[in-house]
Amino acid sequence: MEHGSYQDRSASTFSLADEDHTLANSLRFTLNQDPRVTVCGYSIPHPSEARVNIRVQTTGDPANEVLKDSCQDLMMICQHVRSTFDLAVADFKNNKGSGSE
Amino acid sequence: MPKVPLWDLPELPQNHLPPHLQLQKTRVSCNNDAPTNTESIIYSGAYAAMGVDNSLRLGEFRKNFKVNVMKLNEEDMEFDLIGIDASIANAFRRILISELPTMAIEKVLVANSSSVVQDEVLAHRLGLIPIKVDPRLFEYMSENDVPNEKNTIVFKLHFKCERKSGERRTVYSHDLEWLPFGSEYVLRTENSSDSTSKPKTYTSFNSSQETLPEFSNNPISVTPGIIISKLGPGQEIELEAHAVKGVGKTHAKWSPVATAWYRMLSEVVLLQDIEDEDAQKLVNKCPVNVFDIEDMGKGVKRATVARPRDCTLCRECIREPGWEEKVALRRVKDHFIFTIESTGALPPEVLFTEAVKILEDKCERVITELS
Ligand code: SF4
Repeated sequence: MEHGSYQDRSASTFSLADEDHTLANSLRFTLNQDPRVTVCGYSIPHPSEARVNIRVQTTGDPANEVLKDSCQDLMMICQHVRSTFDLAVADFKNNKGSGSE
Repeated sequence: MPKVPLWDLPELPQNHLPPHLQLQKTRVSCNNDAPTNTESIIYSGAYAAMGVDNSLRLGEFRKNFKVNVMKLNEEDMEFDLIGIDASIANAFRRILISELPTMAIEKVLVANSSSVVQDEVLAHRLGLIPIKVDPRLFEYMSENDVPNEKNTIVFKLHFKCERKSGERRTVYSHDLEWLPFGSEYVLRTENSSDSTSKPKTYTSFNSSQETLPEFSNNPISVTPGIIISKLGPGQEIELEAHAVKGVGKTHAKWSPVATAWYRMLSEVVLLQDIEDEDAQKLVNKCPVNVFDIEDMGKGVKRATVARPRDCTLCRECIREPGWEEKVALRRVKDHFIFTIESTGALPPEVLFTEAVKILEDKCERVITELS
Protein backbone atom coordinates (compact mmCIF):
# COMPACT_ATOMS: atom_id res chain seq x y z
CA MET A 1 0.00 0.00 0.00
CA GLU A 2 1.37 3.35 -0.94
CA HIS A 3 0.29 6.80 -0.25
CA GLY A 4 0.79 9.60 -2.71
CA SER A 5 0.14 13.04 -1.31
CA TYR A 6 1.72 16.45 -1.79
CA GLN A 7 2.06 19.66 0.19
CA ASP A 8 -1.66 19.94 0.10
CA ARG A 9 -2.93 17.22 2.39
CA SER A 10 -6.51 17.65 1.30
CA ALA A 11 -6.07 15.77 -1.98
CA SER A 12 -4.43 12.39 -2.26
CA THR A 13 -4.38 9.25 -4.26
CA PHE A 14 -4.16 6.03 -2.34
CA SER A 15 -2.83 3.00 -4.05
CA LEU A 16 -4.06 -0.20 -2.46
CA ALA A 17 -2.30 -3.39 -3.44
CA ASP A 18 -4.16 -6.70 -3.56
CA GLU A 19 -7.53 -5.02 -3.66
CA ASP A 20 -10.14 -4.69 -6.37
CA HIS A 21 -13.64 -3.37 -7.03
CA THR A 22 -14.89 -5.17 -3.96
CA LEU A 23 -13.30 -2.77 -1.53
CA ALA A 24 -12.81 0.22 -3.81
CA ASN A 25 -16.42 0.49 -4.87
CA SER A 26 -17.72 0.16 -1.32
CA LEU A 27 -15.22 2.76 -0.17
CA ARG A 28 -16.23 5.05 -2.99
CA PHE A 29 -19.77 4.80 -1.65
CA THR A 30 -18.87 5.63 1.94
CA LEU A 31 -16.44 8.36 0.85
CA ASN A 32 -19.04 10.00 -1.35
CA GLN A 33 -21.46 9.94 1.54
CA ASP A 34 -19.06 11.95 3.65
CA PRO A 35 -19.84 15.69 3.44
CA ARG A 36 -16.14 16.54 3.72
CA VAL A 37 -15.40 14.91 0.38
CA THR A 38 -15.64 17.02 -2.76
CA VAL A 39 -14.40 14.52 -5.31
CA CYS A 40 -13.64 10.88 -5.07
CA GLY A 41 -13.27 7.98 -7.43
CA TYR A 42 -11.21 4.96 -8.10
CA SER A 43 -9.47 3.27 -10.98
CA ILE A 44 -7.72 0.04 -11.66
CA PRO A 45 -4.65 0.99 -13.69
CA HIS A 46 -4.18 -2.39 -15.27
CA PRO A 47 -6.45 -5.42 -15.10
CA SER A 48 -3.65 -7.90 -14.60
CA GLU A 49 -2.17 -6.04 -11.69
CA ALA A 50 -3.92 -6.46 -8.34
CA ARG A 51 -3.98 -2.81 -7.44
CA VAL A 52 -6.50 -0.01 -7.21
CA ASN A 53 -6.03 3.73 -6.94
CA ILE A 54 -8.49 5.69 -4.88
CA ARG A 55 -8.57 9.44 -5.36
CA VAL A 56 -9.88 11.55 -2.53
CA GLN A 57 -10.24 15.34 -2.55
CA THR A 58 -11.68 17.04 0.48
CA THR A 59 -12.89 20.45 1.55
CA GLY A 60 -9.78 20.87 3.69
CA ASP A 61 -9.42 17.95 6.06
CA PRO A 62 -6.45 15.66 5.46
CA ALA A 63 -7.49 13.11 2.87
CA ASN A 64 -6.04 10.16 4.73
CA GLU A 65 -8.08 10.99 7.82
CA VAL A 66 -11.21 11.13 5.72
CA LEU A 67 -10.39 7.81 4.08
CA LYS A 68 -9.76 6.29 7.48
CA ASP A 69 -13.12 7.52 8.71
CA SER A 70 -14.78 6.08 5.63
CA CYS A 71 -13.22 2.70 6.34
CA GLN A 72 -14.50 3.02 9.86
CA ASP A 73 -18.00 3.78 8.53
CA LEU A 74 -17.86 0.78 6.24
CA MET A 75 -16.81 -1.40 9.14
CA MET A 76 -19.70 -0.17 11.24
CA ILE A 77 -22.07 -0.89 8.38
CA CYS A 78 -20.65 -4.40 8.09
CA GLN A 79 -20.95 -5.02 11.79
CA HIS A 80 -24.54 -3.88 11.74
CA VAL A 81 -25.29 -6.05 8.70
CA ARG A 82 -23.76 -9.02 10.45
CA SER A 83 -25.67 -8.62 13.69
CA THR A 84 -28.96 -7.97 11.91
CA PHE A 85 -28.38 -10.93 9.65
CA ASP A 86 -27.58 -13.25 12.55
CA LEU A 87 -30.73 -12.16 14.33
CA ALA A 88 -32.84 -12.72 11.22
CA VAL A 89 -31.36 -16.19 10.72
CA ALA A 90 -31.92 -17.13 14.36
CA ASP A 91 -35.48 -15.87 14.09
CA PHE A 92 -36.10 -17.88 10.96
CA LYS A 93 -34.71 -21.04 12.52
CA ASN A 94 -36.83 -20.61 15.64
CA ASN A 95 -39.99 -19.98 13.71
CA LYS A 96 -39.41 -22.89 11.44
CA GLY A 97 -38.79 -25.13 14.42
CA SER A 98 -42.01 -24.15 16.12
CA GLY A 99 -43.95 -24.11 12.84
CA SER A 100 -43.19 -27.70 11.96
CA GLU A 101 -44.00 -29.12 15.36
CA MET B 1 -44.64 15.79 -15.53
CA PRO B 2 -46.30 19.22 -16.02
CA LYS B 3 -44.29 22.28 -15.13
CA VAL B 4 -45.28 23.86 -11.85
CA PRO B 5 -43.89 27.16 -10.62
CA LEU B 6 -41.62 26.71 -7.67
CA TRP B 7 -43.80 28.70 -5.31
CA ASP B 8 -46.81 26.53 -6.14
CA LEU B 9 -45.06 23.39 -4.94
CA PRO B 10 -46.44 22.15 -1.67
CA GLU B 11 -44.40 22.75 1.42
CA LEU B 12 -42.26 19.75 2.08
CA PRO B 13 -41.12 18.57 5.44
CA GLN B 14 -37.45 19.25 5.99
CA ASN B 15 -34.95 16.81 4.63
CA HIS B 16 -37.45 15.30 2.23
CA LEU B 17 -37.11 15.29 -1.50
CA PRO B 18 -39.98 16.20 -3.78
CA PRO B 19 -41.72 13.01 -4.92
CA HIS B 20 -40.35 12.91 -8.46
CA LEU B 21 -36.76 13.19 -7.23
CA GLN B 22 -37.40 10.64 -4.53
CA LEU B 23 -38.64 8.31 -7.25
CA GLN B 24 -35.52 8.88 -9.34
CA LYS B 25 -33.31 8.29 -6.35
CA THR B 26 -34.91 5.12 -5.07
CA ARG B 27 -36.29 3.39 -8.15
CA VAL B 28 -35.06 2.21 -11.51
CA SER B 29 -37.76 2.79 -14.09
CA CYS B 30 -38.05 0.00 -16.58
CA ASN B 31 -39.46 1.55 -19.68
CA ASN B 32 -40.31 -0.03 -22.95
CA ASP B 33 -37.10 1.04 -24.64
CA ALA B 34 -34.58 1.02 -21.84
CA PRO B 35 -34.30 1.31 -18.10
CA THR B 36 -33.64 4.78 -16.73
CA ASN B 37 -32.36 6.14 -13.42
CA THR B 38 -30.14 3.15 -13.05
CA GLU B 39 -27.37 4.97 -11.21
CA SER B 40 -27.33 5.32 -7.47
CA ILE B 41 -27.04 8.85 -6.21
CA ILE B 42 -24.41 8.62 -3.53
CA TYR B 43 -22.76 12.06 -3.45
CA SER B 44 -23.51 13.65 -0.12
CA GLY B 45 -24.16 17.05 -1.66
CA ALA B 46 -26.32 15.82 -4.52
CA TYR B 47 -29.39 17.61 -3.20
CA ALA B 48 -27.62 20.42 -1.39
CA ALA B 49 -29.43 23.03 -3.50
CA MET B 50 -32.69 21.78 -2.04
CA GLY B 51 -31.40 21.72 1.48
CA VAL B 52 -31.55 17.97 1.59
CA ASP B 53 -28.63 16.16 3.11
CA ASN B 54 -27.73 13.02 1.22
CA SER B 55 -24.84 12.02 3.44
CA LEU B 56 -24.46 8.79 5.30
CA ARG B 57 -26.04 8.81 8.68
CA LEU B 58 -25.25 5.60 10.47
CA GLY B 59 -28.16 6.04 12.83
CA GLU B 60 -30.52 6.28 9.89
CA PHE B 61 -28.93 3.25 8.29
CA ARG B 62 -29.30 1.24 11.47
CA LYS B 63 -32.94 2.18 11.68
CA ASN B 64 -33.78 1.34 8.08
CA PHE B 65 -31.67 -1.70 7.45
CA LYS B 66 -33.57 -4.97 7.51
CA VAL B 67 -32.89 -8.58 6.73
CA ASN B 68 -35.69 -11.04 6.00
CA VAL B 69 -34.82 -14.67 5.55
CA MET B 70 -37.09 -16.29 2.99
CA LYS B 71 -35.60 -19.71 2.63
CA LEU B 72 -32.82 -21.51 4.41
CA ASN B 73 -31.56 -25.07 4.32
CA GLU B 74 -28.14 -26.71 4.31
CA GLU B 75 -27.49 -25.73 0.73
CA ASP B 76 -29.43 -22.70 -0.38
CA MET B 77 -30.58 -19.58 1.20
CA GLU B 78 -32.67 -16.69 0.01
CA PHE B 79 -32.95 -13.51 1.96
CA ASP B 80 -33.80 -9.86 1.50
CA LEU B 81 -31.34 -7.12 2.28
CA ILE B 82 -33.31 -3.93 2.61
CA GLY B 83 -31.82 -0.48 2.93
CA ILE B 84 -28.29 -1.01 1.71
CA ASP B 85 -26.43 0.40 -1.27
CA ALA B 86 -25.69 -1.73 -4.30
CA SER B 87 -21.94 -1.20 -3.91
CA ILE B 88 -21.92 -2.95 -0.55
CA ALA B 89 -24.33 -5.70 -1.53
CA ASN B 90 -22.11 -6.29 -4.54
CA ALA B 91 -19.02 -6.40 -2.38
CA PHE B 92 -20.61 -9.20 -0.35
CA ARG B 93 -21.47 -11.06 -3.52
CA ARG B 94 -17.97 -10.69 -4.93
CA ILE B 95 -16.39 -11.86 -1.69
CA LEU B 96 -18.70 -14.87 -1.51
CA ILE B 97 -17.67 -15.97 -4.97
CA SER B 98 -13.98 -15.23 -5.01
CA GLU B 99 -12.50 -14.57 -1.61
CA LEU B 100 -13.90 -17.07 0.83
CA PRO B 101 -11.52 -19.97 1.29
CA THR B 102 -12.41 -23.65 0.99
CA MET B 103 -10.47 -26.87 0.62
CA ALA B 104 -10.10 -28.37 -2.84
CA ILE B 105 -7.96 -31.03 -4.43
CA GLU B 106 -4.85 -29.38 -5.79
CA LYS B 107 -2.37 -32.20 -6.33
CA VAL B 108 -3.15 -35.61 -7.76
CA LEU B 109 -0.53 -38.31 -7.63
CA VAL B 110 -1.44 -40.87 -10.22
CA ALA B 111 0.02 -44.32 -9.68
CA ASN B 112 -1.99 -45.99 -12.34
CA SER B 113 -4.64 -44.77 -14.67
CA SER B 114 -5.59 -46.84 -17.65
CA SER B 115 -9.04 -45.43 -18.20
CA VAL B 116 -9.78 -43.37 -21.28
CA VAL B 117 -9.88 -40.20 -19.20
CA GLN B 118 -6.47 -38.55 -19.47
CA ASP B 119 -4.62 -37.85 -16.24
CA GLU B 120 -4.90 -34.08 -16.50
CA VAL B 121 -8.60 -34.23 -17.22
CA LEU B 122 -9.03 -36.64 -14.34
CA ALA B 123 -7.10 -34.31 -12.04
CA HIS B 124 -9.26 -31.39 -13.11
CA ARG B 125 -12.44 -33.36 -12.44
CA LEU B 126 -11.16 -34.32 -9.02
CA GLY B 127 -10.30 -30.71 -8.26
CA LEU B 128 -13.86 -29.59 -8.81
CA ILE B 129 -15.35 -32.03 -6.28
CA PRO B 130 -16.59 -30.09 -3.25
CA ILE B 131 -15.07 -31.31 0.01
CA LYS B 132 -17.33 -31.16 3.03
CA VAL B 133 -15.01 -29.73 5.62
CA ASP B 134 -14.83 -26.45 7.47
CA PRO B 135 -11.89 -24.58 5.88
CA ARG B 136 -11.44 -22.52 9.03
CA LEU B 137 -9.82 -25.55 10.64
CA PHE B 138 -6.99 -25.50 8.14
CA GLU B 139 -4.13 -23.21 7.23
CA TYR B 140 -2.99 -22.02 3.86
CA MET B 141 -0.03 -23.85 2.43
CA SER B 142 2.56 -21.49 1.03
CA GLU B 143 5.17 -22.44 -1.49
CA ASN B 144 7.87 -23.76 0.82
CA ASP B 145 5.58 -25.32 3.41
CA VAL B 146 5.63 -29.06 3.75
CA PRO B 147 2.23 -30.65 3.60
CA ASN B 148 1.18 -31.50 7.13
CA GLU B 149 -2.00 -32.32 9.01
CA LYS B 150 -2.90 -28.64 9.33
CA ASN B 151 -2.86 -27.73 5.66
CA THR B 152 -3.54 -30.85 3.64
CA ILE B 153 -6.25 -33.45 3.33
CA VAL B 154 -5.34 -36.64 1.53
CA PHE B 155 -7.75 -38.90 -0.31
CA LYS B 156 -7.09 -42.21 -1.91
CA LEU B 157 -8.82 -43.67 -4.92
CA HIS B 158 -8.28 -47.21 -6.00
CA PHE B 159 -10.75 -48.66 -8.39
CA LYS B 160 -10.43 -51.57 -10.71
CA CYS B 161 -12.71 -53.06 -13.27
CA GLU B 162 -12.02 -56.77 -13.62
CA ARG B 163 -11.35 -57.95 -17.10
CA LYS B 164 -13.36 -61.08 -16.53
CA SER B 165 -16.46 -59.25 -15.40
CA GLY B 166 -16.88 -57.88 -18.90
CA GLU B 167 -18.88 -54.90 -17.75
CA ARG B 168 -18.19 -51.21 -17.38
CA ARG B 169 -17.98 -49.59 -14.01
CA THR B 170 -18.46 -46.02 -12.94
CA VAL B 171 -16.13 -44.31 -10.50
CA TYR B 172 -17.96 -41.92 -8.22
CA SER B 173 -16.69 -39.19 -5.94
CA HIS B 174 -17.72 -41.20 -2.88
CA ASP B 175 -15.17 -43.82 -3.86
CA LEU B 176 -12.53 -41.38 -2.64
CA GLU B 177 -11.29 -42.55 0.69
CA TRP B 178 -10.01 -40.16 3.32
CA LEU B 179 -6.53 -40.90 4.65
CA PRO B 180 -6.29 -39.24 8.06
CA PHE B 181 -2.64 -40.31 8.39
CA GLY B 182 -1.62 -38.55 5.21
CA SER B 183 -0.12 -39.89 2.05
CA GLU B 184 0.56 -43.60 1.80
CA TYR B 185 2.98 -43.28 -1.09
CA VAL B 186 5.81 -41.99 1.05
CA LEU B 187 6.02 -45.28 2.87
CA ARG B 188 6.28 -47.17 -0.37
CA THR B 189 9.24 -45.09 -1.60
CA GLU B 190 11.07 -45.50 1.69
CA ASN B 191 10.58 -49.21 2.00
CA SER B 192 11.14 -50.47 -1.49
CA SER B 193 13.27 -49.63 -4.43
CA ASP B 194 10.43 -49.18 -6.93
CA SER B 195 9.79 -45.53 -6.18
CA THR B 196 6.96 -43.55 -7.67
CA SER B 197 8.02 -41.27 -10.49
CA LYS B 198 7.48 -37.99 -8.61
CA PRO B 199 10.03 -37.38 -5.86
CA LYS B 200 7.84 -35.02 -3.80
CA THR B 201 5.04 -37.47 -3.22
CA TYR B 202 4.92 -37.24 0.48
CA THR B 203 3.17 -35.54 3.34
CA SER B 204 4.65 -35.18 6.77
CA PHE B 205 1.74 -35.58 9.15
CA ASN B 206 2.78 -35.42 12.77
CA SER B 207 -0.44 -36.93 13.94
CA SER B 208 -3.54 -38.39 12.46
CA GLN B 209 -6.28 -35.93 11.56
CA GLU B 210 -8.66 -38.34 13.25
CA THR B 211 -7.25 -37.35 16.62
CA LEU B 212 -8.42 -33.76 16.12
CA PRO B 213 -11.66 -33.29 18.03
CA GLU B 214 -13.42 -31.87 14.96
CA PHE B 215 -12.90 -34.99 12.89
CA SER B 216 -12.85 -37.77 15.48
CA ASN B 217 -16.39 -38.89 14.87
CA ASN B 218 -17.00 -36.83 11.80
CA PRO B 219 -14.78 -38.11 9.02
CA ILE B 220 -13.99 -35.77 6.16
CA SER B 221 -16.02 -36.62 3.10
CA VAL B 222 -16.72 -35.25 -0.32
CA THR B 223 -20.02 -34.61 -2.03
CA PRO B 224 -21.14 -38.08 -3.08
CA GLY B 225 -22.57 -39.16 -6.40
CA ILE B 226 -20.36 -37.18 -8.78
CA ILE B 227 -19.11 -39.28 -11.67
CA ILE B 228 -15.34 -39.10 -11.95
CA SER B 229 -14.67 -41.60 -14.69
CA LYS B 230 -15.92 -44.76 -16.31
CA LEU B 231 -13.80 -47.86 -16.58
CA GLY B 232 -13.94 -50.57 -19.18
CA PRO B 233 -12.94 -54.19 -18.51
CA GLY B 234 -9.35 -54.45 -17.29
CA GLN B 235 -8.94 -50.75 -16.62
CA GLU B 236 -7.81 -49.36 -13.30
CA ILE B 237 -7.37 -46.09 -11.50
CA GLU B 238 -5.06 -45.75 -8.56
CA LEU B 239 -4.22 -42.34 -7.23
CA GLU B 240 -3.88 -40.07 -4.29
CA ALA B 241 -5.43 -36.61 -4.17
CA HIS B 242 -4.11 -33.86 -1.93
CA ALA B 243 -6.49 -31.07 -1.03
CA VAL B 244 -5.30 -27.68 0.18
CA LYS B 245 -6.88 -24.40 1.16
CA GLY B 246 -7.39 -21.66 -1.40
CA VAL B 247 -9.74 -18.95 -2.63
CA GLY B 248 -12.00 -18.69 -5.67
CA LYS B 249 -9.87 -15.90 -7.11
CA THR B 250 -7.10 -18.38 -7.81
CA HIS B 251 -9.31 -21.08 -9.22
CA ALA B 252 -13.08 -21.50 -9.25
CA LYS B 253 -12.78 -24.90 -7.59
CA TRP B 254 -12.14 -23.09 -4.30
CA SER B 255 -15.30 -21.05 -4.57
CA PRO B 256 -17.56 -22.01 -1.66
CA VAL B 257 -20.71 -21.14 -3.57
CA ALA B 258 -22.21 -22.77 -6.62
CA THR B 259 -23.29 -19.24 -7.19
CA ALA B 260 -24.35 -16.19 -5.26
CA TRP B 261 -26.47 -13.51 -6.80
CA TYR B 262 -28.97 -10.84 -6.05
CA ARG B 263 -31.73 -9.04 -7.85
CA MET B 264 -33.52 -5.91 -6.94
CA LEU B 265 -37.11 -6.22 -5.86
CA SER B 266 -39.43 -5.39 -8.72
CA GLU B 267 -42.31 -3.06 -8.22
CA VAL B 268 -45.34 -3.00 -10.46
CA VAL B 269 -47.61 0.00 -10.19
CA LEU B 270 -50.89 0.50 -11.98
CA LEU B 271 -51.01 4.16 -12.91
CA GLN B 272 -54.70 4.05 -13.75
CA ASP B 273 -57.58 1.82 -12.81
CA ILE B 274 -57.62 -1.03 -15.27
CA GLU B 275 -61.06 -2.53 -15.48
CA ASP B 276 -63.14 -5.21 -17.16
CA GLU B 277 -61.80 -6.26 -20.54
CA ASP B 278 -58.48 -4.50 -20.09
CA ALA B 279 -58.03 -6.15 -16.72
CA GLN B 280 -58.50 -9.58 -18.23
CA LYS B 281 -56.08 -8.67 -21.01
CA LEU B 282 -53.49 -7.59 -18.50
CA VAL B 283 -53.82 -10.77 -16.47
CA ASN B 284 -53.39 -12.83 -19.61
CA LYS B 285 -50.33 -10.89 -20.73
CA CYS B 286 -48.21 -11.69 -17.74
CA PRO B 287 -46.39 -15.03 -18.02
CA VAL B 288 -45.73 -15.29 -14.29
CA ASN B 289 -49.15 -14.22 -13.06
CA VAL B 290 -48.28 -11.02 -11.32
CA PHE B 291 -51.79 -9.63 -11.66
CA ASP B 292 -55.09 -10.69 -10.18
CA ILE B 293 -58.62 -9.57 -10.80
CA GLU B 294 -60.61 -8.11 -8.02
CA ASP B 295 -64.38 -7.94 -8.08
CA MET B 296 -65.39 -4.41 -7.24
CA GLY B 297 -69.12 -5.20 -7.15
CA LYS B 298 -71.73 -4.10 -9.67
CA GLY B 299 -70.04 -6.28 -12.25
CA VAL B 300 -66.92 -4.13 -12.31
CA LYS B 301 -63.68 -6.05 -12.34
CA ARG B 302 -60.40 -4.34 -11.62
CA ALA B 303 -56.84 -5.56 -12.05
CA THR B 304 -54.59 -5.58 -9.00
CA VAL B 305 -50.93 -6.30 -8.53
CA ALA B 306 -50.88 -9.43 -6.43
CA ARG B 307 -47.37 -10.83 -6.69
CA PRO B 308 -44.90 -8.09 -7.66
CA ARG B 309 -42.01 -10.17 -6.30
CA ASP B 310 -42.50 -12.71 -9.07
CA CYS B 311 -42.21 -10.12 -11.81
CA THR B 312 -39.24 -10.89 -14.03
CA LEU B 313 -39.44 -7.50 -15.75
CA CYS B 314 -39.95 -9.15 -19.10
CA ARG B 315 -41.92 -5.99 -20.01
CA GLU B 316 -44.54 -7.96 -21.89
CA CYS B 317 -47.29 -6.04 -20.12
CA ILE B 318 -46.10 -2.68 -21.50
CA ARG B 319 -45.02 -3.85 -24.92
CA GLU B 320 -48.18 -2.91 -26.76
CA PRO B 321 -48.71 0.78 -27.49
CA GLY B 322 -50.67 2.58 -24.85
CA TRP B 323 -49.87 0.27 -21.98
CA GLU B 324 -46.80 2.13 -20.80
CA GLU B 325 -49.12 4.85 -19.57
CA LYS B 326 -51.12 2.34 -17.56
CA VAL B 327 -48.48 0.20 -15.94
CA ALA B 328 -45.17 1.32 -14.45
CA LEU B 329 -42.43 -1.23 -13.89
CA ARG B 330 -39.75 -0.32 -11.45
CA ARG B 331 -37.00 -1.78 -9.37
CA VAL B 332 -36.36 -0.80 -5.80
CA LYS B 333 -32.73 0.29 -5.67
CA ASP B 334 -32.04 -0.61 -2.07
CA HIS B 335 -33.96 -3.85 -1.76
CA PHE B 336 -31.89 -6.85 -2.73
CA ILE B 337 -33.14 -10.39 -2.98
CA PHE B 338 -29.96 -12.27 -2.29
CA THR B 339 -29.51 -15.94 -3.07
CA ILE B 340 -26.60 -18.09 -1.97
CA GLU B 341 -26.10 -21.64 -3.11
CA SER B 342 -23.43 -23.34 -1.06
CA THR B 343 -21.38 -26.21 -2.42
CA GLY B 344 -21.46 -27.94 0.95
CA ALA B 345 -18.33 -26.89 2.81
CA LEU B 346 -20.18 -24.44 5.02
CA PRO B 347 -23.88 -23.68 5.41
CA PRO B 348 -24.94 -20.57 3.47
CA GLU B 349 -25.68 -18.42 6.50
CA VAL B 350 -22.14 -18.97 7.78
CA LEU B 351 -20.77 -18.13 4.36
CA PHE B 352 -22.52 -14.79 4.40
CA THR B 353 -21.30 -13.81 7.86
CA GLU B 354 -17.79 -14.86 6.87
CA ALA B 355 -18.03 -12.69 3.77
CA VAL B 356 -19.05 -9.68 5.83
CA LYS B 357 -16.14 -10.35 8.15
CA ILE B 358 -13.74 -10.36 5.22
CA LEU B 359 -14.95 -6.94 4.15
CA GLU B 360 -14.41 -5.73 7.70
CA ASP B 361 -10.88 -7.12 7.66
CA LYS B 362 -10.17 -5.28 4.44
CA CYS B 363 -11.24 -2.01 6.02
CA GLU B 364 -9.17 -2.71 9.06
CA ARG B 365 -6.15 -3.36 6.91
CA VAL B 366 -6.52 0.00 5.21
CA ILE B 367 -6.93 1.75 8.54
CA THR B 368 -3.80 0.20 10.00
CA GLU B 369 -1.82 0.96 6.85
CA LEU B 370 -2.87 4.59 6.97
CA SER B 371 -2.12 5.23 10.61
S1 SF4 C 1 -42.95 -7.21 -16.72
FE1 SF4 C 1 -43.49 -9.26 -17.33
S2 SF4 C 1 -43.45 -10.41 -15.43
FE2 SF4 C 1 -43.54 -8.28 -14.86
S3 SF4 C 1 -45.70 -7.82 -14.61
FE3 SF4 C 1 -45.19 -7.30 -16.70
S4 SF4 C 1 -45.65 -9.12 -17.88
FE4 SF4 C 1 -45.58 -9.74 -15.74
